[in-house]
Amino acid sequence: MTRTVDGEHLVGQPIDRIDGPAKTTGGARFSAEHAYPGLTHAALVPATVSRGRITAIDTAAAAAVPGVITVLTHGNAPKLNPPKRPTPANLSTLVSGTQVNYLNTDEVHWDGQPVAVVVAETSHAAREAAALVHVSYERLPAVVDFAAEEPNAVAQKGNPVMPGSAKKGDADAALAVAPVTVDARYTTPQHHHNALEPHATTAVWQGDELTVHDSTQSITWLRKHLALRFGVPEAKVRVLAPFVGGGFGGKGFAWPGTIIAVLAARATGRPVRLLLTREDVHRAVGARTPSAQRVALGADTGGRLTALVHTSVTRTSRVGGQPEQVTAPAQHLYDATNIRTAQSQTTLDWMPNTSMRAPGDAIGSFALESAIDELAGELGIDPVELRMRNEPERNPIDGKRFSHRMLREAYALGARRFGWENRSPEPRSTRDGRWLVGMGVATAYHPAMQFTANVTVRLAADGTVTVRCGFQEMGMGNATVQAQIAADALGVPFEAVRVEYGDSALPASVMAGGSMQTSTVAGSVLAACGKLTRRLSTLARRTGMQGRTPTEILTAARVPFIDAAVGSDTRLGALAGQARMLAKVVRDQRTWAKAACGAHFCEVRVDADTGEVRVSRWTAAFDVGRVINRKTAFSQLRGGIVMGIGMALFEEALVDRRTGRIMNPSLSGYHVPVHADVPPIDIACLDEPDPTMPLGILGVGEVGITGVAAAIANAIHHATGSRIRDLPITPDKLVT
Amino acid sequence: MRAFSYVSAPDVATAVRAVSETPNAKFLGGGTNLVDLMRENIEHPDVLVDVSRLPLNGVEELPDGGLRIGATVRNSALAAHPLVRTRYPVVSQAVLNGASAQLRNMATVGGNLLQRTRCLYFYDTASPCNKREPGSGCAALGGFTRDAGILGVSERCVATHPSDLCVALVALGAVVEVESTRGTRRIPLTDLHRLPADTPQRETVLERDELITAVELPPVPAAANSRYRKVRDRASYAFALVSVAAALRLDGDTITEARLALGGIAPKPWRANEAEHVLTGARATEETFDRAAAAELDRAQAVGDNAFKIELTRRTIVATLRELTHEGSRP
Repeated sequence: MTRTVDGEHLVGQPIDRIDGPAKTTGGARFSAEHAYPGLTHAALVPATVSRGRITAIDTAAAAAVPGVITVLTHGNAPKLNPPKRPTPANLSTLVSGTQVNYLNTDEVHWDGQPVAVVVAETSHAAREAAALVHVSYERLPAVVDFAAEEPNAVAQKGNPVMPGSAKKGDADAALAVAPVTVDARYTTPQHHHNALEPHATTAVWQGDELTVHDSTQSITWLRKHLALRFGVPEAKVRVLAPFVGGGFGGKGFAWPGTIIAVLAARATGRPVRLLLTREDVHRAVGARTPSAQRVALGADTGGRLTALVHTSVTRTSRVGGQPEQVTAPAQHLYDATNIRTAQSQTTLDWMPNTSMRAPGDAIGSFALESAIDELAGELGIDPVELRMRNEPERNPIDGKRFSHRMLREAYALGARRFGWENRSPEPRSTRDGRWLVGMGVATAYHPAMQFTANVTVRLAADGTVTVRCGFQEMGMGNATVQAQIAADALGVPFEAVRVEYGDSALPASVMAGGSMQTSTVAGSVLAACGKLTRRLSTLARRTGMQGRTPTEILTAARVPFIDAAVGSDTRLGALAGQARMLAKVVRDQRTWAKAACGAHFCEVRVDADTGEVRVSRWTAAFDVGRVINRKTAFSQLRGGIVMGIGMALFEEALVDRRTGRIMNPSLSGYHVPVHADVPPIDIACLDEPDPTMPLGILGVGEVGITGVAAAIANAIHHATGSRIRDLPITPDKLVT
Repeated sequence: MRAFSYVSAPDVATAVRAVSETPNAKFLGGGTNLVDLMRENIEHPDVLVDVSRLPLNGVEELPDGGLRIGATVRNSALAAHPLVRTRYPVVSQAVLNGASAQLRNMATVGGNLLQRTRCLYFYDTASPCNKREPGSGCAALGGFTRDAGILGVSERCVATHPSDLCVALVALGAVVEVESTRGTRRIPLTDLHRLPADTPQRETVLERDELITAVELPPVPAAANSRYRKVRDRASYAFALVSVAAALRLDGDTITEARLALGGIAPKPWRANEAEHVLTGARATEETFDRAAAAELDRAQAVGDNAFKIELTRRTIVATLRELTHEGSRP
């Protein structure tokens, strides 16, 4: 449905995505689908050593392939400004995927780092030639084995948004005297991004003006970054990404493909298209860090937590990468008397890790929510009841107030819809033919944030509204929900609103990440619409048209349109906006504990002989604040659960510990769920607005995946009696 | 992928002559494996002779009650054929447990028999591999061996044969008909694939210019009560960790005929002769099934981290036989 009865709110309704028809009819042009006269095609040559120095590159055979225009290496590529060290004071530095100056150095920092690019008249010629480039290396000793490096991990530094560690009381002492304890190690492997659309760039230079179609989650920051790297003013760079085929964090940063495509276009003077192969995506785009975690819980016999310890070791790279807040959920979920969380990291000769849907929280919640289930078993208390007995009134570590928290209500709603009361508490107590049946539960939790976005809104005398904002649309439905919000705010029909986005020529916005884009843009759209409403009433008063429609007022006032802007894209305005944004984020973090949360309930079936696991039923009840669009929000939550099923049962990068080389860089070897692995998923939302966020939105992009792997592991334990603490839970772990 | 020439052969004689006379030419069936291998720079034929349109796409009933399956019959057509479904359900199930609907629509029966291992190190041109580059070494040893074999492997190669169809066919005693410029020969499917020993690059007994034209299934009374059980990491579109093709004929609770073959655990589709020997004439009990599995797996050896496969194979054999016993004894 796309129309509403007059007077009824659009916000909350399951309106179809406005980009839907373009995508389903093939009309949408993605980044690798832009045709330019003289377009060329590029293919990457990845390094096959983890650390070393290039001693020679033989490009003769590659150059001889018909159609090849050039082979660029560090020997002949144009100079490129090196990336700057990341600092929050300069957003352009934050989006650099790595610190490597591609094709400007003979150093190799990870197996897969691109060391050459072939540019050719066709993609076939480029790929054929890329395979013929022969690179010789001086191999240097490389540290690539995460498990072996774990003992050498060092404490991770925190920042105001991501505390590295936290402490309340003396959790270790409390653990030592607790009558009931669980103390276990959990491990999760490296996960790779496999969005439907592989990363792609089409780069065009006209003089010193650069146009880039890129599958990015961050047009504004990418534009800044490209200007920095290529030494041109930001105003000369335009980044376009109206359609992105899924991002999940993998397109939040500038990875080698983007930089090298722009470099190749500069070197050849022709437009270049670089579409990564699936193997390239695995080798040259950051992955989710592997983790080793310890969760230790102590409780009294009544199930009150007296001690909660959660520590983690993750991996970063010598050439970049960001710490992940693996133990963050332990700082918010349980009212334990004593809490200690600590995060440490190893540094490897490896591609830097990157954000992947709920970085930190997705894998941290696996360990914490598995351990809580183990404790429930030790105590003989129902795992839902145990959580309710430890549900905090205030943020457990620092006593901050929750802006909003309805986890109890989410559990009650989910349990009712799922039929949790039918679960027999005893593990391995339900059988259906060859299948052992089990039910599991876990908490979902993801912090909510609001940044700032610049927006302009135009209300025209013909009754149309144009919202302009450089935000990203990766399939989440943001354009649709912002149209709903603007239509409601101005009292116009949904169809009257046009939303322009995905173009760096538009007012600058935040990246699509951290589940914050919808609330951030909504805040600015609402503010702009508020300004328009006020101007409209002034005009109405002046013309005696109070109570009339916008068209009538503007016509009477002889004004063709009125504009309202929030934020400014001038250099000073941008700096002020950035300062305002950081101040707001820090202030928000200090004042409130804000988060979306929820309860996952699942049923699994495990083959009693072979250990094959099938997820057979799912109910999830969420508190995500206000739901703006039931269709797009539920779809995101459902997608998070599907991705979580992959994390629980299938996904694992096989990195050879001898070489540091990924051995399964394909969708054949790296398993994600297929349709047959995904049951019907029942989603429910409480739909209660958060009082501190624009329209009460808490964000839906990431909370869905958190807790999923634990819910499945818990259900598998209930089905079989086997507790698997090492993801993914494949049949071999259940038959030995 | 390197550039190559393509010709489509109108008949078998032209096809075999073309490959025989052209250095570095290969037959192309559905292309679902060969074209992948070309894209991955593992195979580099100069010429592809397309045999997928040869008039070999029929399934015929033989006078003795067996079936003759043309080599270009598409996998999906084979799985759907009424005679296959009623007389040899294990064949239909094996096909439908493999790949995806799109791939099955393309893949041919002859090509399926000749598909190559999915060993991660065979597929990675940066890794040594004795199968891909004879004498370069085996990187799987000491690396990831979850998909490696537990029977029939050698120090030179631990890779497994990936076909599902072959496992069912080998259990049923299929015979492969092969054509070349030197004439026709018939090879029992159990003898088509070679064990790696010191020459893992030689995967079958076929010469380069020999074309599979048909697969014949003898009449197997037990096959009416047959099953293909595939254990894999996800519900669909994954290669077998372990698979079992089994057929049982029962007289009361006595097994009068048993067919058993294993997939995912050996360099070739593995006919479980030792297990069949234990089963035939014995009572269909859990204890018999255990003994049969133990007899077959007596020589099984773990490679690196795949010890679980021995236990998983044992369990899957027993579970499949148990299921067939329950179904076979139904009135």
